[in-house]
Amino acid sequence: MFGRDEKPSHIRLTAVQYIILAIFLFLAYGLWELQVSKSDYYAAAAEKNRIRNVPILAPRGKILDRYGRTIVDNYTSFTALLMRDSSRNLESDADLIAQGLHMNPKEVREKIRHFAALPQYQPIYLKEDITMDEEAFIEAHKNELPELDSIMGYRRLYPRKGFLAHLVGYVGEVSEDMLNQPQFELYNPGDVVGKSGVELEYNQLLMGTNGSRQVVVNSHGKEVGEALDEKPAVPGKPLKLTIDVDLQIAAEEAMEGKNGALVAMDPHSGEILAMVSRPTYDPNNFAFRIGRADWMKLVNDPDKPLLNKAIQAQLAPGSTFKIIMATAGWQEGIAQTLNVHCNGSAEFYGRNFKCWVAFEHRVHGDVDITKGIYQSCDVFFYTLAEKLGIGRMAKYATAFGIGQKTGIDLPDEATGVMPSEEWKLRNFRQKWFAGETISVGIGQGAITVTPVQLMRAIAAISVGGRMVVPHVVNPTNLPSGYIEVSRYTDVKNIPIDPNGWNVITDAMARVLLPEGTAPSAHIAGIDIAGKTGSAQVVSLATRAKHASDKDLAQNGWFVGFTPRRNPDIIVCALFEGGEHGKLAARFATQVIKAYVDKQRRQPTNVAKGPVKDGGVEVGALWTSRGEDGNEDKLNGGQYQVDLPKKPLESATAAPGMGGVN
Amino acid sequence: MPRNVSFRDFDWVLVAFVLIICALGVIEIRSATMHTKFAGVHVKQMYWIVGGLGGMLLVSVLNYQMLLEQVHWMYIGAVASLVTVLLFGQKYLGARRWVKLPGGNHFQPSEWVKLILILAVAKYFADLQSRELSWSDFVKAGAIVGIPMLMVLAQPDLGTALTYLPIAIVGLFLGGIRWKQALIVVMLAGLAMPLAWHHMKDYQKQRLISFMAPDSDPRGAGYHVKQSEIAVGSGGLWGSSSGSQTHLAFLPEPHTDFIFAAFSEEHGFVGALAVLLLYFIVLMRLTQNAQTAPDRAGTFIVMGVVAVLAFHILVNIGMVVGFMPVTGIPLPLMSYGGSSVLFMFLALGMVMNVRMRRFVN
Repeated sequence: MFGRDEKPSHIRLTAVQYIILAIFLFLAYGLWELQVSKSDYYAAAAEKNRIRNVPILAPRGKILDRYGRTIVDNYTSFTALLMRDSSRNLESDADLIAQGLHMNPKEVREKIRHFAALPQYQPIYLKEDITMDEEAFIEAHKNELPELDSIMGYRRLYPRKGFLAHLVGYVGEVSEDMLNQPQFELYNPGDVVGKSGVELEYNQLLMGTNGSRQVVVNSHGKEVGEALDEKPAVPGKPLKLTIDVDLQIAAEEAMEGKNGALVAMDPHSGEILAMVSRPTYDPNNFAFRIGRADWMKLVNDPDKPLLNKAIQAQLAPGSTFKIIMATAGWQEGIAQTLNVHCNGSAEFYGRNFKCWVAFEHRVHGDVDITKGIYQSCDVFFYTLAEKLGIGRMAKYATAFGIGQKTGIDLPDEATGVMPSEEWKLRNFRQKWFAGETISVGIGQGAITVTPVQLMRAIAAISVGGRMVVPHVVNPTNLPSGYIEVSRYTDVKNIPIDPNGWNVITDAMARVLLPEGTAPSAHIAGIDIAGKTGSAQVVSLATRAKHASDKDLAQNGWFVGFTPRRNPDIIVCALFEGGEHGKLAARFATQVIKAYVDKQRRQPTNVAKGPVKDGGVEVGALWTSRGEDGNEDKLNGGQYQVDLPKKPLESATAAPGMGGVN
Repeated sequence: MPRNVSFRDFDWVLVAFVLIICALGVIEIRSATMHTKFAGVHVKQMYWIVGGLGGMLLVSVLNYQMLLEQVHWMYIGAVASLVTVLLFGQKYLGARRWVKLPGGNHFQPSEWVKLILILAVAKYFADLQSRELSWSDFVKAGAIVGIPMLMVLAQPDLGTALTYLPIAIVGLFLGGIRWKQALIVVMLAGLAMPLAWHHMKDYQKQRLISFMAPDSDPRGAGYHVKQSEIAVGSGGLWGSSSGSQTHLAFLPEPHTDFIFAAFSEEHGFVGALAVLLLYFIVLMRLTQNAQTAPDRAGTFIVMGVVAVLAFHILVNIGMVVGFMPVTGIPLPLMSYGGSSVLFMFLALGMVMNVRMRRFVN
């Protein structure tokens, strides 16, 4: 027993004191470990916490036309973001933020909630490409809304309405797949790279090198104080194309609303002067991110707007192939003396082959090589094909580049097909049927070409046999070593007899005359030589039965150049579903006319004066006479100058592009 | 005041050391909150300290033996206040811990429940007639602490609930628990652990996991531990000149739960050790007062205060240096917060109360 006043055991009280001492030694040991033993490690960790490398984005190089006129430019774009400073109640600020950024408060709250699980140091990207008054709102509310910030980046400003879209291509964020490829190994996730067209082909040149800034940041990633170190960005280099914007405008206008492609080239150098593919798309929508639905719509469109048909459409050349046939026939000594009587059809290897005039209930009568070309007589070329045989036809066509890539400096060029006995054996394990030779003789059957391929072949014939390599960038405009100049200069010459050259090009010049197949494309005062073609999708007989079915409509072709020998320009037009080459011929001759007008220093038809509404259309460039009447004056390009002054209506469209339908 | 009780017997040395610690706390609160929305709270903290001193004097003049006579009423009042919190408390960050007072202030009843528990446990063991603890004594003492503890757990506030445990442990230890009993209890507790884990909230599990492996998710739950270690470690021997962890807000709660980390970053190992020494002196001074207490109940009261204070220091500084999980227990006398400051001063008032009556009888 013990009383109320008996104290607890002294030993136990002392034990408690020792336990406390042990606790304090334990804590002191913890402090020693962190602050003395490993203090260097933790000092470095603190440094790493607060020092951050912020990239300075390098603008991509501009893309210019052959005269240095801007086609693709950059504009600075601001993205609004939310720093999640824990001292702010984001939810209650959402209304003010939404009002200032012209957003729906619900949308702002949803974004805040959606990213709530992300680490605090990652800011929430509220709105991309904000307008100037929205940027001003952020600046003006630095104190009331310290969590609201913006970062600057560059966006590509492409010409509107898909002008030159396929050739230029577009940019996008580098993908996981691309990063795994060796040529992209130096890129970082988040880098913006070319994804197609020139943007992809010359990405290395166009892309600059990002700089960086060392800054002190707080735990919310907000910069504090001055930058510690700064490495400036190296902007991308400008790229001069061989495209002439004046001709491009004419080409775009000619093809507006049609399906198909149009290419114009200098046949001596291989420089591409204009390139159009239709339908087109607006690459400004790709400059940052495209909605999945919009993307799928583009991908699944049966008219394939994403395809650059000038280099990727593989179709039967139809009668345009007859020029190559005629050259082959002349070189082999057959065509000079070949005379054929066309009464609408002829029989080869036990089968009846019709001439196209039969469907108009006419006949060609006596046909030689000249009439065979300007009247496009099928019977003449059936006969020539029978005499040449597929072997010699394939030899010449292959020499002129049919069934091969042209080597144009654009990604994903298609190959086309030049059939032959070996080709059939290799691909189908079948023997060649003699009847197939007859069809190939008029550019039908298994033969397919791309517009640029066909144009290159006929360009070679037009200049007497020199096979150029088409290109959209002159290698002399590139840094040395970027591309081998010899790729364009070491080209082969195919011998063509000058007499044959004269006969064939003279005959081609009559195609646009009243006796030819495309008299409606004739332009007074311009010596245009060319050849129409209409390539069947199905046989002529089937076609006659289903005249109204759009899918079975024939593709119209035209390849033309001016002047008739040693031309300055050659144009190839493909009009899908265009029925007849004479329509394609009209598109092509418009571009030729624009070229000649320009040579003769006449204002072109396409853009004669300042554009209405004060705004200047992107790509609206034209030549006109100066005040003294003979000086060549260049108008246009003002759209860049206008940009900062114009109020920006919509943040989703690029500046200067808003409000346009 | 009875004639034989005088402020001469007030422990002025203890008060001096306590005030030094409080002053260091105020300075650190000022430094850590300078550029945040909490700027200026150090002034509020000073008001709390002055208020606490007043409360301490008030508590010290009441006769603790009289208080002990009424402790069952206070105990009922404590349990009632906890029920009130559970039913009408302010929900903040998923837990009901606060009661809104008129005038915009909030009060956390679980703090002052600690005081009553100290008294209740002291009363219980003082009245025990046996030198050795029987199992029924053990269960009764356990229930006195256990009931409010479960209620605080239900808020849920695991950290504060745990601070009740040392009151019971010290009571049992000084009350004469046998080694065999202690062993059995520890084993039972070990068996109950998996069950406890099962009933824990997700955030509590997360904190425990991140304590075991703070690098597993440095930006998530392990963030606090990691940033605290970096803050303490980068302080080095003499303190970091930039104090970037605290001032660039990488360190969470630098003026409340992690004030010791903020202090360690700015003043280094030397400064941190000095603070530890101050706390040690305070605790030793308190145990000395327990030994000189006039009666058994007085010893238990003082030792209850010692137990709570030592446990807070162990868990808080242990957390700051990464030895203990994040539980949200403040560092007494330094961390910002009215409830915590008031509790400490009222508890010290009870110690003074006991001390001032050491020559009575």
